[in-house]
Amino acid sequence: MNKYTEDDLREELKTKEYEYGFYTDIESDTFPNGLNEDIVKAISIKKEEPQWMTDWRLEAFRTWKEMTEPDWANVNYKKPDFQGISYYSAPNKKPKYNSLDEVDPELLETFKKLGISLDEQKKLSGVAMDVVVDSVSVATTFKKTLGEKGIIFMSISEAIKEHPELVRKYIGTVVPQKDNFYAALNSAVFSDGSFCYIPKGVRCPMELSTYFRINQAGTGQFERTLVIADEGSYVSYLEGCTAPSRDENQLHAAVVELIALNDAEIKYSTVQNWYPGNAEGKGGVYNFVTKRGLCETNAKISWTQVETGSAVTWKYPSCILKGDNSVGEFYSIAVTNNFQQADTGTKMIHLGKNTKSTIISKGISAGKSQNSYRGLVKISPNADNARNFSQCDSLLMGNECGAHTFPYIEAKNKTARIEHEATTSKIGEDQIFYCNQRGINTEKAIALIVNGFSKDVLNKLPMEFAVEAQKLLEISLEGSVG
Amino acid sequence: MLKIKNLHASVADKSILRGINLEIKPGEVHAIMGPNGSGKSTLASVIAGKEDYEVTDGEIFFEGEDINEFAPEERAHKGVFLSFQYPVEIPGVSVTNFMKTAINETRKAKGLEDMPAKDMLKLIREKAELLEIDRKFLSRSLNEGFSGGEKKRNEIFQMAMLEPKLAILDETDSGLDIDALRIVANGVNKLKNKDNAVLLITHYQRLLDYIVPDYVHVLYKGKIVKSGTKELAHELEAKGYDWIKEEVNI
Ligand SMILES: Nc1ncnc2c1ncn2[C@@H]1O[C@H](COP(=O)(O)OP(=O)(O)O)[C@@H](O)[C@H]1O
Ligand SMILES: [Mg+2]
Repeated sequence: MNKYTEDDLREELKTKEYEYGFYTDIESDTFPNGLNEDIVKAISIKKEEPQWMTDWRLEAFRTWKEMTEPDWANVNYKKPDFQGISYYSAPNKKPKYNSLDEVDPELLETFKKLGISLDEQKKLSGVAMDVVVDSVSVATTFKKTLGEKGIIFMSISEAIKEHPELVRKYIGTVVPQKDNFYAALNSAVFSDGSFCYIPKGVRCPMELSTYFRINQAGTGQFERTLVIADEGSYVSYLEGCTAPSRDENQLHAAVVELIALNDAEIKYSTVQNWYPGNAEGKGGVYNFVTKRGLCETNAKISWTQVETGSAVTWKYPSCILKGDNSVGEFYSIAVTNNFQQADTGTKMIHLGKNTKSTIISKGISAGKSQNSYRGLVKISPNADNARNFSQCDSLLMGNECGAHTFPYIEAKNKTARIEHEATTSKIGEDQIFYCNQRGINTEKAIALIVNGFSKDVLNKLPMEFAVEAQKLLEISLEGSVG
Repeated sequence: MLKIKNLHASVADKSILRGINLEIKPGEVHAIMGPNGSGKSTLASVIAGKEDYEVTDGEIFFEGEDINEFAPEERAHKGVFLSFQYPVEIPGVSVTNFMKTAINETRKAKGLEDMPAKDMLKLIREKAELLEIDRKFLSRSLNEGFSGGEKKRNEIFQMAMLEPKLAILDETDSGLDIDALRIVANGVNKLKNKDNAVLLITHYQRLLDYIVPDYVHVLYKGKIVKSGTKELAHELEAKGYDWIKEEVNI
């Protein structure tokens, strides 16, 4: 090449731009607002991802561009301006505060009620820590035990680098990039998340909790989680934290994919407590999550969730019961107070023969909130002897809130057995007076009644999580009855 | 212990109690009888502090303190217990859990620590034995699917657990068969001492054969129209309420 033309220069500039993301200052910790192919590439470069990952993100982005935000859910909110968001910011390593005195007292009060230790309070609210020895040593022992069993548990960014073959094989197989608007967006720009692989026949000896990872890196608004349980393995996975999460990011769109191969079992428990906005309905997180699991033959997936946070929640953890004799379960407690809106439920897609699903949904509405259950039970023509049992109970507090149930059933096989039960009740003044008369004040009485109402689901949570979740329900409903 | 002076109370703007005077001293057992709708349960609710009931006149003193402004739970903490005529169901909350909460909330109000689990279990065992309650029963949801008799026995079990100063038993005898009645009455008698008091509400004299009252009062149309001793109960049993109506000329 002896003649260097203007065209060549332009071409070179273009590729260089792509390579280094000229539009975006790669060195900066936060990208400018807006979303385009360059931003998507820049995220991928920043995370030192292989080409296939970049291409995968771009494919997702191109699909997303053509999609429109869904509006079928029973929620009302101001649509986010997707060009007004910054899609990358480095995990905040620097503590925001020097001491707990600088932290919002309301937040500290909640921590106290949840019984969170001082050290943990500091960690959670971003205060500089002097004593970290404890958690480091715990995390180290933890990693060692897992390593001995061949279990991989790391951030998805690390996994993309260290176990590209596994990630590449499974990512997007349960929730394809084009699945829905938010899943497509997440696929294009996901910041980080967790990756977990349990080898064949291994029973994970402890509850895997994102807690251990979150302390190392911030969560971010577009989280991506991939859990693979190889044949005959078992894992119980805990996501989230009962501590209230304040976040400047209004929009959260996570994707969780679970893969349970033959004879494997995954138990996935979530406690979600994003900032729900203040009592007047200002602020608060929009939580639009896509969670889905795939069951091969004889496999089982259980979703258990306690949802108390977010201003707007849109979330349907689902199971694709592909293999014969596979089992899907969904246990959910969704609490809404003040001006919160939740549209949540599940989809059970029965493809294999003798597949079984159970849905237990408990919705608790207080204040001026709206709480909807939306569930789909689908029995495909080949799913002989499929069975489903659904129970949706709503508990109302006061006269200004709403509870709604939208059960959809599509049965294309005559051998299917589907049962659906639904109840709506109110906390009665007589119940409260009865408790009062035994020395239990009204706030505590409500907590007791709500816990009783939610018991079937709370029982499904791992022990220590259940205790925290109980306290969380109590706190979420504080001040909801005059 | 309890002193009620000229108590008037109404619910939903309907005046129900119309000038009640009653004094109960430590160690005493009082019975209130009267036809349906005369205001017996209302009186019990007013003493316990139910909010729907408005005290329009008069006073209620408990241990020398005017309790009219006290919340129901504060009255409970001070030692007022009501065995409900119609106990409510609380699904998903076991009898044990409910009692544990009640006891610890009461302790908290008195500035005490939670009762250690060991002591709680011991107490539960002891009181369940006293009332011949099967321990399996205690892990069932409170009052859910209980028979009428089970509900009443459970009320008295709670009373035994909380050891109140003043126990108001609102028609605790109804729904109990004769064996259960004997067990419940026996429980009440065992818990009775010179420092506490019982207010029995019933319209049968049957219960009074087992728990013998020091005084019997007849409540009619929101007023205590006649007071006497145990003999009065027998008289009512034999003659019904009509003669009282005539006597008091209402
Ligand atoms: N919540 C209420 N609202 C309206 N009326 C009530 C209410 N509670 C009681 N009453 C009325 O008050 C009267 C006395 O009732 P109650 O105290 O239950 O009588 P008793 O226990 O002697 O049978 C009845 O006429 C009853 O209908
Ligand atoms: Mg009555």
